[in-house]
Amino acid sequence: MSTETMSTETVDHTTEAGHGEHDEHADHGWSDGKYIQLAVILAVITGLEVYASYADWLGPAFIPSLIIMMVVKFVAVVMFFMHLKFDNKIFSWLFYAGLFLAVGVYVALLVTFQFFNR
Amino acid sequence: MADTAVLADAPADHGDGHGEHHSSTGLSNNKLAMWLFLGSECLLFGGLISTYMLYRGRHSENLGPDQLWDIPFTSASSFVLLMSSLTMVLAVSSAHRRNLRNAKIWLAVTATLGSLFVAGQVYEFTTFYREGLGFTTSLFSSSFYTLTGFHGVHVTVGIIMLLSLVAMLSKQRVHGDKAETVEMVGLYWHFVDVVWILIFTLVYLIPA
Repeated sequence: MSTETMSTETVDHTTEAGHGEHDEHADHGWSDGKYIQLAVILAVITGLEVYASYADWLGPAFIPSLIIMMVVKFVAVVMFFMHLKFDNKIFSWLFYAGLFLAVGVYVALLVTFQFFNR
Repeated sequence: MADTAVLADAPADHGDGHGEHHSSTGLSNNKLAMWLFLGSECLLFGGLISTYMLYRGRHSENLGPDQLWDIPFTSASSFVLLMSSLTMVLAVSSAHRRNLRNAKIWLAVTATLGSLFVAGQVYEFTTFYREGLGFTTSLFSSSFYTLTGFHGVHVTVGIIMLLSLVAMLSKQRVHGDKAETVEMVGLYWHFVDVVWILIFTLVYLIPA
């Protein structure tokens, strides 16, 4: 077991030294422990979403609270699991350009359809 | 022996990693292409989700979301897919540490969790069909099956990618930077999870 740890550490050191000049390899994000913590938080939020879907007392705050929890989960996965926070900003631009274009186009589409249905 | 294999992979990776194709920005072309692809996938799923939102109220009285949805079951499926994102990120993390043995284990676990999710979706579709909700029953059913079916196909393609990657890593058929290859498959897998986060809330939890 200790041999495994040692070999991994040695290789890690080599990796850091060898790839220091590459931007996209410079930072691979968090430690495994932090990823597990984030997954637990995401699981709790999912539980809260399900609880909220059964809770009548939320009233008009029901849909906004679900949307907020959905957005938090979406952003957390994209930023940390997909490493966008640690990667080059060009990747963020590529992804968010597609995302915002999609949201804009389809919000316009939904508004148009509702307008013609009246 | 496993440690030897890990160490033996390291120098080869190191050497090949520098030989990968980079654009004039200094970034990996593969990674740029993958993010561009994912950006375009947003448009595909945006269209499918919008279509479902438009037609989700167009169904008969006894075959709508209120009668069909099994929220506890779908929540369990969502939890499984969410946890598969964790195992995927652990695979990527192991690959970056050049621990290919652990990376392969986490990739296999991710594929298993993905298969569990797809099995759940097949069970759900079968149940709905037996209750009378066919693809052409209503505009609601067509848009629902198209959206969730497209997502299911994406998950299935992801599982095939994961299993192929495990096999290729085992036979040392992956050339170039192995960590980046694992990361590419990881990006696709996380995207599939992110789309399900939207579908779970917009389709299942928010009432029509």
